Amino acid sequence: MTDTVAQASTVADAKAAPDTMAWDSGLRRLMMIYLPLGCFVLILLFPFYWMAITSFKPNAELLNYKEHNPFWITSPTLAHIKHLLFDTSYPRWLWTTMLVAIGATTLSLVASTLAAYAIERLRFRGSPYVGLGIYLAYLVPPSILFIPLATVVVQFGLFDSPLALILVYPTFLVPFCTWLLIGYFKSIPYELEECALVDGATRLQILRRITLPLAVPGLISAGIFSFTLSWNEFIYALAFIQSGANKTVPVAILTELITGDVYQWGALMAGSLLGSLPVAIFYSLFVDYYVSSLTGAVKE
Amino acid sequence: MSVTALSSPELAQRQPNWLVRLFDYKPFLVTMCLAPAIGLLAVFLTYPLGLGIWLAFTDTTIGRKGIFIGLENFQYLLTDPLWWNAVFYSVVYTAIATFGKFALGFWLALLLNNHFPFKSLLRAIVLLPWIVPTVLSALAFWWIYDPQFSIISYLLVDVLHWRTSNVDFLGSPWPARFSLIAANIWRGIPFVAISLLAGLQTISPSLYEAAMLDGASAWQRFRYITFPMMMPILAIVMTFSIIFTFTDFQLVYAITRGGPVNSTHLLATLAFQRGIAGGELGEGAAIAVSMIPFLVFATLFSYFGLARRKWQQGEAND
Repeated sequence: MTDTVAQASTVADAKAAPDTMAWDSGLRRLMMIYLPLGCFVLILLFPFYWMAITSFKPNAELLNYKEHNPFWITSPTLAHIKHLLFDTSYPRWLWTTMLVAIGATTLSLVASTLAAYAIERLRFRGSPYVGLGIYLAYLVPPSILFIPLATVVVQFGLFDSPLALILVYPTFLVPFCTWLLIGYFKSIPYELEECALVDGATRLQILRRITLPLAVPGLISAGIFSFTLSWNEFIYALAFIQSGANKTVPVAILTELITGDVYQWGALMAGSLLGSLPVAIFYSLFVDYYVSSLTGAVKE
Repeated sequence: MSVTALSSPELAQRQPNWLVRLFDYKPFLVTMCLAPAIGLLAVFLTYPLGLGIWLAFTDTTIGRKGIFIGLENFQYLLTDPLWWNAVFYSVVYTAIATFGKFALGFWLALLLNNHFPFKSLLRAIVLLPWIVPTVLSALAFWWIYDPQFSIISYLLVDVLHWRTSNVDFLGSPWPARFSLIAANIWRGIPFVAISLLAGLQTISPSLYEAAMLDGASAWQRFRYITFPMMMPILAIVMTFSIIFTFTDFQLVYAITRGGPVNSTHLLATLAFQRGIAGGELGEGAAIAVSMIPFLVFATLFSYFGLARRKWQQGEAND
């Protein structure tokens, strides 16, 4: 909306003063910035729009483009969502995914906070190398690890258990969070800890009372990233979980909801939409942390 | 710790606990702090990585312990047209998708770096494709690429009348390959754009002011200021992007599962098909291990290729 207003005013400016400067500021701005930006937003958001609109379309409209405009719904229905929630194990899958994401996030946050604190604040000999080692672990992609990890998971008797995912996800979450938190710890002035140390506080008291409270923004963003990444994870969940009830949402939709050759597009899209919502809500609550820590992490 | 010895008397009285003092002993504290992270990574990352390399040299199958067979798995892969196919498509997929992501992502970053209303809201919206689980957005793409009910076909055939028949996106090899690459680029643009935007914001405006006083054109400002200044960050983001695009799994598995006629198999999906679905753990591990040389090469290439450019332009002192 505001874009069109801005566009209208810039066009008006260009007409009012048709010299080179106006071309530079008015029409040029419209053509060079707003138009491509509009295209980007349109293309980046279209699949979500399409997902959402398909979720609420009755089957008659879904597969008939001749009589119904595919871009709009004339008689929206909750049938697909109802089918998903009451005729499939979808609520169970959502619950499992939530459990796994929260478990893996908690575990990773504890492990990486301690590790980042040790590497950045305790300054022992070789701490830069430990930091580098943990960081390099992030560069080992899951698609190289999933086959041997599957045998490890079987060895531990964790095959087909969500606990396997909670224990395995930290392999990519810990490096990421540690890296992020090292940056945050770096930004906390050293003097604060030194003063506390002089006042006789123990190291653990310092961590609990001074360093952690000051690192809360970092902890929040590490938490959001971990939660999103765990919710996203696919290959481990696909390889380690067999029974329909224990699957996570992304895997379950793809393996349990697709039956036969006739795809239930309405239910599939409703499942994708519902599966995306928790992450999207979580993201929108903390979007500023998210964007700033992403940009901050890259600047490091 | 000599500092602790100086602490005020009441504090010292309150905590003569040996446990507390143990935690003040730095080597112990360091060990305790690092133990969870290092332990998790050792058990679930380093050990499996080694085990994977070992498995690649055995004929292990699901349910049967394998024996060492040397390079046999790899020799077999070299004669396997499907493996070559997967190597070919993995390289094509990575090359085109990375190029697309960076060209469009850089462009989007430059656009977002301008001043306009609702900037932060727009940034938040633009990141959405990256937040939403890949498989779920891949399903949306699958539906967009549906042979009969594709919305793109509808636009081309019924609205614009550019074509007379529906596009068969996923039915034949090359269209399917490009459809997957398009979906991958779509997903990658936000991350590249936001990361590069962060880089753009670190460039001091005074550089541009000086250049404008010297009469540099917009293109010259981009070519001689923006681009060289962005090199280090570009190198890092591109290295990440190449690694994760080359080892991609979800998108292909969700949309085509390697088909039609195995034309869209990436090395990761082929490894899954052979290793987990087919039960040939040793062979699957060998396919996964065969990704490592490509990854090392791509990493060195993107990192040092771009970093050296930075040296050549005399910006070593940052």
